[in-house]
Amino acid sequence: MSRLDEAFADGPAFVPYLALGDPDLESSLEYVRALDRGGADVIELGLPFSEPIAEGPTIQSAVVRSLSGGMTPTKFFDAVETLDVDAPLVCMTYYNLVYQFGGSEARSASEDASGGTASEGAGPRPFVERAAEVGIEGFVVPDLPAEEAGPLREACDEFGLDLIFIVAPTTRGERLERIMERTSGYVYVQARLGVTGAKADVSDQTGASLDRLDRWDLPKAVGFGISSGEQAREVVAAGADGVIVGSALVDIVAEGTSAASQTASGDVAEGHENGDSTEAVADRLETLARELKRGALAGAERAQSERT
Amino acid sequence: MSSDTSKFGEYGGQYVPEALMPAIEELDDAYRRYVLENEDGFVDEFRERLRDFGGRPTPLQRADRLSERYDTDLFLKREDLLHGGAHKLNNALGQVLLAKYMGKERIVAETGAGQHGTATAMAAAHLDVPCEIYMGERDINRQRPNVFRMRLNGAAVNPVTTGRGTLKEAISETMRDWATTVETTHYVIGSVVGPHPFPTMVREFQSVISEEARRQFDDQVGGLPDSVVACAGGGSNTMGAFSRFVSDESVDLYAVEAGGSSLAVDEEEGVAPNSASLSTGTEGVLHGARTKLLQDRDGQIVESHSVSSGLDYAGVGPELAYLVDEGRVTPVTVDDDAALEGFHRLSQTEGIIPALETAHAVAWLEQATSEQLGDSVVVCVSGRGDKDLESVIEETASREIPNAPDMDVFSGGMR
Ligand SMILES: Cc1ncc(COP(=O)(O)O)c(C=O)c1O
Repeated sequence: MSRLDEAFADGPAFVPYLALGDPDLESSLEYVRALDRGGADVIELGLPFSEPIAEGPTIQSAVVRSLSGGMTPTKFFDAVETLDVDAPLVCMTYYNLVYQFGGSEARSASEDASGGTASEGAGPRPFVERAAEVGIEGFVVPDLPAEEAGPLREACDEFGLDLIFIVAPTTRGERLERIMERTSGYVYVQARLGVTGAKADVSDQTGASLDRLDRWDLPKAVGFGISSGEQAREVVAAGADGVIVGSALVDIVAEGTSAASQTASGDVAEGHENGDSTEAVADRLETLARELKRGALAGAERAQSERT
Repeated sequence: MSSDTSKFGEYGGQYVPEALMPAIEELDDAYRRYVLENEDGFVDEFRERLRDFGGRPTPLQRADRLSERYDTDLFLKREDLLHGGAHKLNNALGQVLLAKYMGKERIVAETGAGQHGTATAMAAAHLDVPCEIYMGERDINRQRPNVFRMRLNGAAVNPVTTGRGTLKEAISETMRDWATTVETTHYVIGSVVGPHPFPTMVREFQSVISEEARRQFDDQVGGLPDSVVACAGGGSNTMGAFSRFVSDESVDLYAVEAGGSSLAVDEEEGVAPNSASLSTGTEGVLHGARTKLLQDRDGQIVESHSVSSGLDYAGVGPELAYLVDEGRVTPVTVDDDAALEGFHRLSQTEGIIPALETAHAVAWLEQATSEQLGDSVVVCVSGRGDKDLESVIEETASREIPNAPDMDVFSGGMR
């Protein structure tokens, strides 16, 4: 059992997401600690990519803030290395960053030889190796379907990391089998079609998606649209082993940041120092984290009592 | 899962969110049945509509004065005469028709120069399917006439404000729409880019260009041309103009990319002031495919630049990247200034006002050696320049373009 499986072992897991470096590295590390205090069982850390095709406006803006604050894969890993939290960490990013990491020297060498042809140096192994070194337990890569994931799956197996696949409401039959064969740690159940973003209601597709996954033992974490303790309760009561919450938390970071930039027009990344303090934003994150965790626990009690 | 044709060497593939995979598999299946096997007479209907609605075949015209200038037999494949004014309709009509055969109720598409958006809006009006077009805010401002045309054909135009507001952001945003609406909607991608089967399917719809050109050249001159020249943004007019010549080793194929203002990448700023992904890009994954990209060493995609919005893209079709690596296609570049000169040259010498994208292909003739061109050349005139008049006049006024006409006929000049 990996550390990720274990995180689901005693009761429903609360799995928050934040983009590292949003709005700057130091604050975002503070926010991650706040989520840890607030009861996170696993934390998904976003490594921002310039073309986040699976994200809605909230996380797109977080990506822009983080990138304009200078976030890079190297800084991401260095920061994670210093981070000491109880919850196991999962890196959520897009495949091109995984694929390019550590390959640039090999790449420019092969370019010299062959005039810019496909690079032999590139591939997911160096990224996974470094992630393992800094204590990351697994990956979610939303633009990497099972069909293209062979090399990353191999590298994860080599270094003992988990690779978490997303199952969509449109995933059925053979595709579902193929994905469930390859996923490890947990499976990310996408609650609704579309992109990430907080929603006021629970998707009516959640129950059916969970039913389709019934015969697999792997923990099922539901994400996309969950924003309140009440929703967390409903999703867990419907059979989820965990809830993944991103945009609702990122919204708190964004609000803290924009409250700040009104007073310190201009550089958003520094602006928050003059507005909402990092501590104030961290407190709000911790409060919502507690609410979400409580909701998940309440949902589990209901699921229990229905079964008995 | 899709067959061996999903890759071109190491390029291509299907790097998309899981939510889209079932739709892409469905599309792959529909492409096979309707387009490759002519199920329900799809291909016959497509050809008929290309003729009656689109105006095909387009002429292969000898350009007498340019032939003289470059001392070769120079022919223009006149895709500018296709309905809508660019090659884009070949693909848009094919995909909108396919969407109907598949029972899809709604069309979304991205557009850069607005030519693909316009072509899609026309095809959607013609075939009576609701249609929404995503277009970068910056492109909306530099391609106003096309925005009006899309609106006139009844399409909604959704401005995309993220990033620099060009083609790359428009594609990302269309993919997000599609990920939400995939059960009822088809994404009509505008070039030979994206996940399999798009690069193959769009190439097949555009191959009518080289299929005609090959036959027309043989009828008019006999045999094969020595070279074929086409501009390359995503590369759809390029692959369309090349594909039926690829197996003819004697025919040299030149893909002309936008050199913009410089071929260097500014890592600090995250910009490449060009769109020359075939000439200067490195391998990576963007918008569903592994291909050549403009990226920094971390793998972040950099912002491209070109005076022509249709070429202003950090990626390129995976098959074209493969053909370049194989040495079958030669990538070359033309910078902004030279492209503007090319624009004016074709307008003045042949009476054809080309699209700024096409102007790159025309401009390269000036740089090419006579060995490269050979005794006979086919240049793909991918589109007409009406959409570009405003930006050309503006861009010309701010530079030293020796062959630009004087616009002082308006009292007080243009500005
Ligand atoms: C006239 C014209 N030519 C060329 C292009 C570039 O596209 P592609 O490289 O796919 O042919 C465009 C794109 O908008 C265009 O409008």
